[in-house]
Amino acid sequence: MAHHPRIPKLTRRALMKAAAAAAAWQLAPRGLTRALAAEPVRVGFDDTLTGTYAANGQNTLVGCQLAVEQINASGGLLGRPVELVVEDSTSGDAGTAVQKARKLIDRDHVSFLIGNVNSALSLAIGQVTNEKGIVHVVPGGHTDAITGSSCHWNVFRVCNTTQMEAAAVASELIKIGKRWYYITPDYAFGHTLQDGLQKEAQKLGGVTAGADLTPLGTTDYSSYLIKAQAANPEVILFLVQGADMINALKQAVQFGLEKRFHLAGSQQELEALEGLPPEARVGTWVFEWYWKQPDVPHLAEFVATIRKKTGKVPTARTWQGFASVWSCALAARAAKSLEGVQVAKAMEGLKLPPEVGLMPDPPFYRPGDHQLMPTLYVGQAQATGSDPEDLFHVARYLKGPEIAASVEQTGCKLTWPHA
Amino acid sequence: MAQLVLFDAFNGLVVGAFYALMALGLSLILNLSGVINFAHGGFLAVAAYLAYTLIPRLGFWGGLVVAPLLTAGLGLLVERFLIRRLYGRDPLYSLLLTFGLAYVFEDGTRVLWGAQALPYPVPPSLSTPVSATLFFLTGYRVFMVLLVAAAVTALFLVLARTRLGIRIRAGTQDLETVSVLGINVRVLRNLNFGLGVYLAGLAGVLAAGMLGLEPTIGSSLIMPSFVAIIVGGLGSLPGTLLGGLLIGVASGVTTVFFPSATEAVIYVMMAAVLLVRPHGLLGDAARIR
Amino acid sequence: MSRLERHAPAFVASALLVTMPWWLQAAGGYTELASRIVILGLAAMGLNFLLGFTGVLSFGHAAYFGLGGYGVAMTLRYLVPSSAVAILVGVLAGTVAAAIIGALIVKLRGVYFAMVTIAFGQVFYFVAFRWNRVTGGDDGLTGWARLPVGVGPLTLDLRGSDLAFYYFVLALLGLSAAAMGLLLRSPFGRTLLAIRENERRARFLGIPVERHIWLSFVVSALFASLAGALFALLNNFIDPRALRWDQSGNFVIMAVLGGMRSFWGPLVGAGVFVLLQDLISTRTQSWMSFVGAFFVLVVLFFPRGVLGFVRRRPAS
Repeated sequence: MAHHPRIPKLTRRALMKAAAAAAAWQLAPRGLTRALAAEPVRVGFDDTLTGTYAANGQNTLVGCQLAVEQINASGGLLGRPVELVVEDSTSGDAGTAVQKARKLIDRDHVSFLIGNVNSALSLAIGQVTNEKGIVHVVPGGHTDAITGSSCHWNVFRVCNTTQMEAAAVASELIKIGKRWYYITPDYAFGHTLQDGLQKEAQKLGGVTAGADLTPLGTTDYSSYLIKAQAANPEVILFLVQGADMINALKQAVQFGLEKRFHLAGSQQELEALEGLPPEARVGTWVFEWYWKQPDVPHLAEFVATIRKKTGKVPTARTWQGFASVWSCALAARAAKSLEGVQVAKAMEGLKLPPEVGLMPDPPFYRPGDHQLMPTLYVGQAQATGSDPEDLFHVARYLKGPEIAASVEQTGCKLTWPHA
Repeated sequence: MAQLVLFDAFNGLVVGAFYALMALGLSLILNLSGVINFAHGGFLAVAAYLAYTLIPRLGFWGGLVVAPLLTAGLGLLVERFLIRRLYGRDPLYSLLLTFGLAYVFEDGTRVLWGAQALPYPVPPSLSTPVSATLFFLTGYRVFMVLLVAAAVTALFLVLARTRLGIRIRAGTQDLETVSVLGINVRVLRNLNFGLGVYLAGLAGVLAAGMLGLEPTIGSSLIMPSFVAIIVGGLGSLPGTLLGGLLIGVASGVTTVFFPSATEAVIYVMMAAVLLVRPHGLLGDAARIR
Repeated sequence: MSRLERHAPAFVASALLVTMPWWLQAAGGYTELASRIVILGLAAMGLNFLLGFTGVLSFGHAAYFGLGGYGVAMTLRYLVPSSAVAILVGVLAGTVAAAIIGALIVKLRGVYFAMVTIAFGQVFYFVAFRWNRVTGGDDGLTGWARLPVGVGPLTLDLRGSDLAFYYFVLALLGLSAAAMGLLLRSPFGRTLLAIRENERRARFLGIPVERHIWLSFVVSALFASLAGALFALLNNFIDPRALRWDQSGNFVIMAVLGGMRSFWGPLVGAGVFVLLQDLISTRTQSWMSFVGAFFVLVVLFFPRGVLGFVRRRPAS
């Protein structure tokens, strides 16, 4: 170095002061509550509140918050109030997601962890929760591996696998046409979804007219759409999600492609349809949950409550957050314990009651791989329905257990810790 | 196959025109003030959201005219109160500042308008393709190309004919002398920044018609602008224009042969240009220092 | 100046670092956070070798950081179950890449150099993102974890104990800091300072400026990639985000925040930044606004950083 000035005592003092201030800031609110009330049961939320998946993560959060309110209103968990500790995993920074998971477990001592919308982050967080033996419910990460080749005894998943989503929509699409063109996002979710669809299509006599892997975050799909058009398929499948879905569909409709081909795909969400101009709300899709289901008890109250809180109807993400937190509470109540292994064992086979399941049949967690077996909703997007937020017309309800691959096929082998 | 290539190339020009518009704004600011405006994407997003908010009152065309102007105004304020303090210093500081601003803009749009993507309405007259064969040339894209062409022409006219433009060009060459000649350099930089941000704003409003409007819309578009500038030539506006068009066409054509390399090809071009001609295709060799 | 005064900074730093897990926990942190501070601090110090001591701005150092991380992940996942080998591979990957890229861009300066480093950083981000089969793409690379490191009878269980990992990382920081310190005190280091102060004059003195800048670039990337390797081990995960330009920006802000002209500055900057981000993001979803505003404020009012600010006082 050029010169070595003395470091005055100031530095050390300044650092000490800063540390003390930080400590005060951190301990103050928590310290007070601890002194006054019974020690709450903490549920950690490590999900995407900023970035590309912010809308999905925020909707999931709303569902989790409602569940916590309801649990506390019904006597809490094992006599203690439940508290949701919320952390932003960011939409893609696994370092942060993992760090927050560690923080929630090591510092906040959560008994359960909910996360993530992003498949990759779900896997990364799953490694941490497995290391620490904390029950972890994945509300919205779809990649098959989470309850497949990378399954863990402490990880449970609410949303569907890509295999299930592929199986759900294939039979509907084959009625429309046999030649399919895929516009697939280039990451695990996209690959497994396309593979799943191609397998199903083959069983039903379908043919792949072509496929394009598009990078995540592609803004301009025109060149892919030009290729799709040139291949002359009968159905163009958009497997992209989120902002990519919006971009792709918007451009496809601007090109007038929906007049010449059938536009469709597999997973679709209300968040995407809401972001599209009305004329682009077209196509055949699968929803994981929908707010308009006639004859499902308790659904109307749920929708009304969420609508009052947020001004909008609940989406599948909202329900997934809701079901995730409730699952933890129900399993813990059944096990009469918060200990990881006992709760996990209680969650295996757990059937969600009607107030939580909010589906025609009660969803349950399959013991072999901890995958929830729900209902899947196949239908068409619509510009608007009886309600300005009714953007999907459900044509068919499919039962999860009938279309899901068997546990052996998923490749999941659960190993439990020694007692 | 030939038709496919042709279509993709043509479409690439359309996309390239858009990249060029964004990159030109960035280039203007870089050349005169030596500031890498990381917040360029943020200004783009702000303009898009402002347009979305104004459309119910002013209509699509009103939004198109007013939103970029408002955003340019914001740009003038940002330059005046934040960036101006940093000119004497290492370029590092303005980079960090605009970097921080980019975060603030993204979060700000998320707080103000929500994380949910918003459906930006495009007038039906522009929503249809020009013809059945040339289906990818929607009215909107043709309109966009025309608008970009008009904006670029206007820009070059301003730079060539008006006093402001001449001063900007002179300043790009030698700011010290310009100042010595009695021209108010502060105002010049301020207006130049505003002009650059105006172009970003225009790009933003155009983007909203083609893409989903959500808070990260700006950050996804900023990298191609950088590449356009590097490829086209540092310090050269025609170079930036050329760079934008080139990367658009290259991307489009690559889709036909190597679809997964569509984005990679622009970086490969950049690396190639740097190897062979570090100052870019039309750049000024003296400027790279 | 007495020897004690000369080494005082190192003593203070060492004392604080060795005891960090404890006082950090008191401040609302946790051991893993301490490891994170040390690792990112190492990356920032590496960057500062180039930025603060050679006077050259790179805004793309996340590329080498990320390459270090991917080197580790891919080694542990596909090749050899050894943390030590993985770290070596990671460091090699980052350093070699920097050597190649540095050679390409060494003719540029100032903003243009910075722009090009950003663009090259993106190239690597892009490769990590797209080369799915190998890197796991956007999903990142999982399915591996850090393994105990051992020399004969001595094994350090990195996996089981957060604390053990922390001291492992700290030891590597110590070695790196010693190496950097030695380099800076050597004639090579002096030359870098000369280049920082006045490049033209250095050139007139016959110093091969480009070569020195290239070397400085490579050295700084070496430490950045070591940090990246440790980062991957910390998370048992690596994904393209580690390579993105915002990660690069974070390193720069850490260096500036702590004080670019001071040796330990970037480490202090890393500490403040990581703590602040951790604390703020727990409190509010709008942490991005705060962090962004923080960048702006630091640049406008605190450009010399914490240690730079503190140092001015005895002089005045």
